[in-house]
Amino acid sequence: MPSDKIDIDYVAKLARLDLSEEEKQTFTAQLGDILGYVDKLSDVDVSGVEPMAHAFPLENVLDEDEPREPLTVVEALRNAPAQRDNQIVVPKVVEDA
Amino acid sequence: MEFKADIGLEVHVQLKTRSKMFTRAPYYYGAEPNTLTDPVVLALPGVLPVMNKEAVRKTVQLGLLCKCEIAERCKWDRKNYFYPDSPKNYQLSQFDQPICNGGEVEIEMLGASRNVMGEHRMVQLTRIHLEEDVGKLTHFANDSLVDYNRAGAPLCEIVTEPDMHNADEVFAFLTALRNNIVAAGLSDCDMEKGQMRCDANISVRPVGQEQLGTKVELKNMNTISGVRNAVAYEIKRQIHAVMSKEPITQQTRRWDPVTQVTSKMRDKEESHDYRYFPDPDLMPVAISAELKEELGKDLPELPFDRQRRYMAELDLPYTITSVLCPDRALAEFFEEALAATKGKGEPKAVANLIVNELLRELSSGEQEGSLPLAESKVTPAHIAELVVLTEEGVITKQIGKEVFIEMYQSGKMPSAIVEEKGLQAEQGDDGELEAIIREVAADPKHEKAIAQFKEGNKKAINSLIGPIMKATQGKADPRKIMELLAKVLG
Amino acid sequence: MSDLISKTAAKLSAMLAAGEVSSVEVTQAFIDRTEAVEERVKAFNSCDKSWALAQAEASDKRRAAGQASGPLDGIPVALKDIIAVKDQPLTCSSRMLENFVSPYDAHVTELLKAQGAVLWGRLNMDEFAMGSSTENSAFQTSRNPWNLDCVPGGSSGGSAACVAALEAPLSIGSDTGGSIRQPAAFCGVVGMKPTYGLVSRFGLVAFASSLDQFGPFSRTVEDAAMLLQGIVGHDDRDSTSFKAEVPDYRAALTQKQGPWKIGVPSEYFAKGLDPEIKAAVEDAIKFYESEGCAIEEISLKMTEYALPVYYILATAEASSNLGRYDGIRYTHRAKNAEDAIDLYYKSRAEGFGPEVKRRIILGTYVLSSGYYDAYYLRAQKVRTLIREEFMQVFQNVDAILTPTTPTPSFKRGEKADPLSMYLNDIYTINVNLAGLPAISVPCGFTSSKLPIGLQLIGKPFAEADMLAMAHRYEQAHTWKDAVAAL
Ligand SMILES: [Mg+2]
Ligand SMILES: [Zn+2]
Repeated sequence: MPSDKIDIDYVAKLARLDLSEEEKQTFTAQLGDILGYVDKLSDVDVSGVEPMAHAFPLENVLDEDEPREPLTVVEALRNAPAQRDNQIVVPKVVEDA
Repeated sequence: MEFKADIGLEVHVQLKTRSKMFTRAPYYYGAEPNTLTDPVVLALPGVLPVMNKEAVRKTVQLGLLCKCEIAERCKWDRKNYFYPDSPKNYQLSQFDQPICNGGEVEIEMLGASRNVMGEHRMVQLTRIHLEEDVGKLTHFANDSLVDYNRAGAPLCEIVTEPDMHNADEVFAFLTALRNNIVAAGLSDCDMEKGQMRCDANISVRPVGQEQLGTKVELKNMNTISGVRNAVAYEIKRQIHAVMSKEPITQQTRRWDPVTQVTSKMRDKEESHDYRYFPDPDLMPVAISAELKEELGKDLPELPFDRQRRYMAELDLPYTITSVLCPDRALAEFFEEALAATKGKGEPKAVANLIVNELLRELSSGEQEGSLPLAESKVTPAHIAELVVLTEEGVITKQIGKEVFIEMYQSGKMPSAIVEEKGLQAEQGDDGELEAIIREVAADPKHEKAIAQFKEGNKKAINSLIGPIMKATQGKADPRKIMELLAKVLG
Repeated sequence: MSDLISKTAAKLSAMLAAGEVSSVEVTQAFIDRTEAVEERVKAFNSCDKSWALAQAEASDKRRAAGQASGPLDGIPVALKDIIAVKDQPLTCSSRMLENFVSPYDAHVTELLKAQGAVLWGRLNMDEFAMGSSTENSAFQTSRNPWNLDCVPGGSSGGSAACVAALEAPLSIGSDTGGSIRQPAAFCGVVGMKPTYGLVSRFGLVAFASSLDQFGPFSRTVEDAAMLLQGIVGHDDRDSTSFKAEVPDYRAALTQKQGPWKIGVPSEYFAKGLDPEIKAAVEDAIKFYESEGCAIEEISLKMTEYALPVYYILATAEASSNLGRYDGIRYTHRAKNAEDAIDLYYKSRAEGFGPEVKRRIILGTYVLSSGYYDAYYLRAQKVRTLIREEFMQVFQNVDAILTPTTPTPSFKRGEKADPLSMYLNDIYTINVNLAGLPAISVPCGFTSSKLPIGLQLIGKPFAEADMLAMAHRYEQAHTWKDAVAAL
């Protein structure tokens, strides 16, 4: 199991989370501890074991293609921090992410 | 140095469903901003996705159409990335277990001329998976606006192998793919409405080199011709770069349809870390052999297969079939019309009437583009009746054209028009026609032509046919005129 | 203090049915009680008293017209601030959603409304359900009614505290790793986590989607059965919702007689367990034995891996689930962002508290390129083994009996280190990983007068048995009659 030190800047960037220097230090240390603790999973023999993504194995949960009533624009934008022309305003989007 | 280009495509096709991929908010093109949302579309706290059965069925059909291997079981994964058009900041997509694997699409390259069939070959697919669409951003000078109407619409992503080598092949592939999908009713594939979108991965390498060159991703192409132009430009640009010893770096470039050049958007060095993992809210889907069989039954004959059949069985020329067959509605219209003649109409005559007369009228209207076939007043029964009337000699070809215009405008049946206007060819009464011919032949202005005819120039009397026709109001059979004219002139 | 508030929901329901009291009187009694003690308990994030009274009035009208809809009609039910109620705030105790008003109802909300329950107040919790003490709320720290210096547990701390403080007869919480059972144990009330899939998650703000479940809080097992009955049922808006036949849970309390075969896992009585809790739980074991139940010592060897598996899977799912809180559509939005990307960084930095940030970072890390197989995939495989071990054990026993928590409630601010806080959940977490039902029922007090919880874990969809077993124990003891002095 990898016990590398977390590259906190890289992870914070993936998570789109601004961290203060202090937070970076604290988190790096705390997450180091947690990952150290989590390392015990490497003791378990998991060869041939299927990964479990759901608590119960259901299949084919499908809905008929019948449209229902949409939200009104007013309801849809009710909590919007900024709106114009029935759309959500966001600060300038810099080139395609 | 000679170069070879290798091109792979990622084509996104919006499936024709009534509701969205993972919720039952309605979806259609052209609605007012943010009127097609619900709490799931907006990713409000607490909502959950539920899969649209029809989207799964249509994706399986698309896979069958492309001869893919349909997975017995597939699952949905989250692709995590932040962007303002993506409400959850993850996209529900398929990572390692897509619905369809492999597959191929038959394409036709341009022939030596328009009348000659070009070379056909298969373009190999990597996979087809099902995912959800994102919303739409409109950019302004200082900010951007987001409309989430499109967010959550079902999208099939068709990924090809780097199996195309020039811009014409790419054009042929997209054309064939679109024709197949539209024929099967899976999507309308209108690129200008965003129902079909295409990114291209392009690299070049010296002929003889095994390894593919460094690939560049091309985006922002909004028409099939746009893709062709962009790919052609990009191949040239890359060859030029290699020749000038400029290294090609992995990057994403944008096509500018106005200036017709590609320009760099960003470097690919910082590759995306999407943190794919199985979506815990959605259950896997199993696709049984029975379901595959059921869905396969609903699929139409592919346009190229139909074309081969028309050429072989109906003896139709390539030119006509290449107009009829790519458009399923038109081809079915033709088949209905042919069937309605009950064997009394030649396939070629039926096809000609549709391809020449009907299509011309449909595109000659005042509004832009063509009137859809379904909105025309002319039905297959009209076409069949007109063909039979002409073929049985009830009316002349000349009159047939007049009848066509009339029925196109009024929707009346050809027989009714002929009856109403008394347009029947004058049959049997040779005496009247002969009198007219004698009268015309007596006109001094035809003296020279008659003289030439008598000297052996058979074509000389063609100039008399027009005036004779006119005098009979077009009802005379041209063959009859020739026959009697020869007799009169001795 | 009105004696109405000390009555169980079942008793109040019977009184309403008999016309001995009105819903408005009942509701007013709990409002008065809340006004009297809430300053000390801090269980609620918000209360809409006039709306509660309006619902109560409507209930009384229904009853007068002979149209009362069932046992919950007219009974106040307080809701954890994680469940969507149309036109009501939904904060998850986060700055991120401080001003959010839900435009839709959760499935559970719809069910409760349809049954005439009086929806009463929004309960404090650890921010986005991440925590075991309710200290991670952005707004306030709820108190344990038994000792105001101590925490009520978490993340459903407000849901447990309000029932223990008699501010509501019933409440709804959610449980991802013990978030119902642990605070129930800390506050001396009954709390149940149903089988995964029994209660629709539609409208439950997701923390870890494959683990989250709604469940009831109450002062008695019968009340828990009554509330559970009201919130179960298939929902086609939740793909993980189960189509199971629902038994009559209340009837089962007396119909299901046992004797049961009860497994006691040695791993749950090892070092780290508070001796007073150990003694109380051993007394409970003796009780069941005296009732004719077979007690079997069992081993759940995978127990030690539950916590690591949980902290990988739950944080991974959370890191993705919480991506939607981005400053764009409805959350807190940072001012002065330079562009859309900057807006994400700043809004999320301002909107999330430290525990949420810590878990987002951990979850993002374990999913990131190069680590997925070692952490996430391996954890999913170990999860399979944990579930298989439970199912193996359940071939021989009807239920598993354990302490709910290794320690009683602790002082506010006492557990600053996240890992020691996480260890609080070692007896509850594997139940979520295996998707099983479990109930925590009061089983005594420590010498410092802090409640102790007994946990019964059942087979999938064996809620009726769990409730009947807990009921048997509860009826033979007086713990349910104890009320915190406030
Ligand atoms: Mg892609
Ligand atoms: Zn895609």
